[in-house]
This record gives sequence, C-alpha cells and structure tokens, in this order.
Amino acid sequence: MKNQLEFSQGIKDGLPIAIGYFSVSFSFGILCSSFGLSPYIAGLISLTNVTSAGQFAGLSVIIAKATLLEMILTQLVINSRYALMSLSLSQKLAPGIGTFKRCLIAFANTDEIFAVAMNHAGPVTPIYMAGLEITPILGWSLGAFTGAFANNILPVNIRSALGIALYGMFIAIVVPVAKEKNSVLAVCTLAVLTSVLFAYIPVLQHVSTGFSIIICTVIASVIGAIFFPIPNEEDSENTNGGVA
Amino acid sequence: MSIYIYILTMALTTYLLRMLPLTLFQKPIRSRFVRSFLYYVPYACLTAMTLPAIFSSTSSLLSAVIGFVVAMALALRGKGLVPVAVSACLAVFVAELLTRTML
Repeated sequence: MKNQLEFSQGIKDGLPIAIGYFSVSFSFGILCSSFGLSPYIAGLISLTNVTSAGQFAGLSVIIAKATLLEMILTQLVINSRYALMSLSLSQKLAPGIGTFKRCLIAFANTDEIFAVAMNHAGPVTPIYMAGLEITPILGWSLGAFTGAFANNILPVNIRSALGIALYGMFIAIVVPVAKEKNSVLAVCTLAVLTSVLFAYIPVLQHVSTGFSIIICTVIASVIGAIFFPIPNEEDSENTNGGVA
Repeated sequence: MSIYIYILTMALTTYLLRMLPLTLFQKPIRSRFVRSFLYYVPYACLTAMTLPAIFSSTSSLLSAVIGFVVAMALALRGKGLVPVAVSACLAVFVAELLTRTML
C-alpha cells in the first residue's frame, strides 16, 4: 500500500516533466529529421540517452562522422554535471538501497528529475524514482519520434516558440526556491554572473558550453557552501536531508 | 561507421557518468562542506544553463526576453513546471506574431 502511494506520487511529480520533455524532444526530432535521420533513430537516441544538451551535441558528432573518441569526450564534457547530480542524489536516497536498484535509478537522472527528487520531502525510495522517471522517459522518446515525423509540416514560428520550453522548466524549478531562501538566491546570482562572463568575455568564449556550465556550477556551489553551509542536523527546512 | 555504434557510445558514456557516483557512494557523506556544496549544485547548474542561453533560444532576442519575463513572473507566483513552460512558449509565439505584423 505504501509502495503504491510512493509510485503514484512519483507519477504525479513526473507528469509535468514528461509534458515539458515532449516539447523539447520534439525540437530534437525536428533537427534529426532535417539531417536525414529517421523518426525511429531519433526516438532511439532519446530513449537510450535521456539527455538534452548531450544529444544535440552528439547529433552534430554523428552528422560530422567524427571519431568515437570525440563522441566520448563531447558527452563527458557536456554531461559531467550528471556525475555531480548523481553524487547529490546518492545522499538523498533512502538508506539500504542496493547496487542493482541504484543502477536502474541512475538511467534517467536528468536535470529536472534530479531537481524534483531533491525537492521531495525526506529521503526518496526506488519505487518513487520509478514512478518519477517512467513518464519523462516516454515523453522524451515519443517527442523525438513525433518531431522527426512532423518536421516538414510544422511552421517556423511554432518551432521557435518551442525552443524556450526547456528554459521555462528550469526557471519554474529554481525561482520558487530562490525566492524562499536567500542562500539559494545568492548562489543563483553567482551562477548567472559567472555564466554571463563565460558567454561574453572573448577569452572565455573559447571554453565549450559543457565545461563552462561545470565551472560556473562548481564556483557558485563552493562559495555557497563556504558562506551559507546548510544546517548540520536534519530539520524540516533542509530539503537535502534525510541522510544525516 | 554504423549509426548504432555512435548511439551506443553516446548512451554508455552518459550512463556511466550517472551510474558510477550513485553506486560508489552508498554511505552518507559526513562533511558539512560537501553536503552544502551538493545541496547548491542543482540550483547553480540549472541557473548557469538558463542564463544567458535562454536569450538565444528563439528566433529573435525580443521574443526571448518576453518569454523570459513571462516565465519569471509566473514562477515568482509559484506556478508549476507546465504552466510556466507553456506560457513562455505562448508568449514567444504571440510576440513573434505581433512583431511580424507590425514590421
């Protein structure tokens, strides 16, 4: 009974992500199709990778017929933030979860799923994560498939409008927390400042997007950890808690 | 080279990045500094990915700014993922429609 509740709570939390993913992945499918890849391949890439920026970059590696080493390096750089996120998530999981279940949970530890799992009150269980991950995986795969299918039908202005969907989701995750907690607001402000520096200072523009995101994340989070350490004992305010 | 080899390589690299930290760190981390650092990671990361990239996510800077303002306004009122994302898309769509008819 408790498992059922956990699972349906996961589904409930995952559904908005799934809908958002569908629209973002839709634009990935459009891109795949414009390079001559089939809807089936577009869907397969999304189903097996479940990552936004990594797939867009991976697609350009495929199109360029570059080496596998380049593919590995591209993914390592752009997606190494997932290693940080998985490390965070490892601290949020309920105690006593075995390696096999951790391997399953890891599959779709995306930016949004991670953020929602971390916002979940108390530790998260494998059954909650299963509910949370399943609809976004479906939405992400079907979106790419449908997008590749619809490429030639869709007008440019709709494609342009869909481009902002991913960032709208990010804003919806971060802003309410930053509004509540000054520490998070300070960390986010730092992240914006460093990120803007990387985008507009000529020397720093040579740094790839993947690397600059990692550098900005580490700088802002380290400064946050130095000046605003989270409470040592778990309390109701501490959303990272549950493991202390 | 077969496209399936590319897809497999891409998927495996990304999966290992997600899987290794989750399986290797099964014990709680005691360090208050590390726990604080990990607590701030998602917010810093999502913020750095959004700004300034959001301003080049649509076909004009103006429509992107309008979409951004709409998303911020709704998020500040505590609206959820879908209302914020959909409203931002609609705002971009309408903004581009209006600028095109006015020019």
